[in-house]
Amino acid sequence: MSDDVIDRLAGIAPGSPLDTVRARRSEARSQAQASYEALFAPVEPGGVAAAERFALAGFVAAVHGQPEIAAHYLDQLADKALADVVREAAADAAERGPYGHFPAGPLSREDAPGPSWHPSEAVAAVLGRRVAAGAVHAHMLVFHPRDSAPAPLQALLDAGWTTTDIVTLSQLVAFLSFQIRVVAGLRVFAAAM
Amino acid sequence: MTESVLTPPPHTVPVVFTREMLDWLPWLAPVPEEELTQRQRDGLKDPSRAKSPYFRLLARDPDVLAARTRTDKDIFYNTDGGLPRAERELAAAAASRVNGCIYCASVHARFAVTYSKREADVDRLLAEGVGTALDPRWDALVAAAAALTVTPIAFGPAHVAKLREVGLDDYAIVDLINSAAFFNWANRLMLSLGEPASP
Repeated sequence: MSDDVIDRLAGIAPGSPLDTVRARRSEARSQAQASYEALFAPVEPGGVAAAERFALAGFVAAVHGQPEIAAHYLDQLADKALADVVREAAADAAERGPYGHFPAGPLSREDAPGPSWHPSEAVAAVLGRRVAAGAVHAHMLVFHPRDSAPAPLQALLDAGWTTTDIVTLSQLVAFLSFQIRVVAGLRVFAAAM
Repeated sequence: MTESVLTPPPHTVPVVFTREMLDWLPWLAPVPEEELTQRQRDGLKDPSRAKSPYFRLLARDPDVLAARTRTDKDIFYNTDGGLPRAERELAAAAASRVNGCIYCASVHARFAVTYSKREADVDRLLAEGVGTALDPRWDALVAAAAALTVTPIAFGPAHVAKLREVGLDDYAIVDLINSAAFFNWANRLMLSLGEPASP
């Protein structure tokens, strides 16, 4: 089996037809892997702990309805109770997206209001203040990114995320949104080949 | 000490999807240009990006930025077979239209027109959204990009069959998947870390 995480999650074996097709974009493939490593095995750990990264990645995958990808991340958590609570939070948080508001004007007719998500007090207590705030933000980024505004970023700052930590968090959620779609797309394509 | 978000200066908010050049104003402090470390400059890849507040903000996590940029370049600029450049940009514009990223859609609609010369069709996609009818090939590409963009992901065997029917080979289909997926990365950064402004 390949060391490439997207290939592993999509079930692409070395020498398979899709492996050959993927090889034509070898830089995209290796740099998607490098992005994954920079987020989950960073050379400089920065202000975001490994457990925070894996818990929030697991949350993002789980709210996408991708249990195998969620397991890939949540299995890295030493704290199994935390992994279970992340799954419970994701089951509660899952929506159908994207929804949200456009700037007031002609596009307002396309506004599709929908919920912001917040964890229950019991779930938030297990997640901790930073991860709970990170999950709230991740939910918005996944399901209604066009509702973004300065206030959600201020909420992260108030919960103990620094500006640099928020850049890492945003990249993590956005990268997962990419990785999950590549994996899902390649699985469908492999089955149709 | 807890940091604060930035309040952008007074500006005109774009209220429609457009091919005009837009500005982007950050809600969090970018690294000042004169304070960029060598590692952060390496993360920017292209030295001209030191002028961009968006890239100087992302430079706070330089290794992720560097890998993200290289992924982007190969998906969109590698012309060794696969999907024509114009249609990779079409997929980027379609994903951005679905997610509601006015800034991203403006950039990639411009690129789609540059490479395809199909101004009217690209403008119709921007004005009417991904449900509009362009031609069978573009409709199949837009539908597949939109299905990859919604959550839960709706891309399925029928999309693959349609892409084959309009002439995509295996390489082109993988390019389409990569292009649409990549804009689900890019849109979320652009939408959540700042806002577009009309010049």
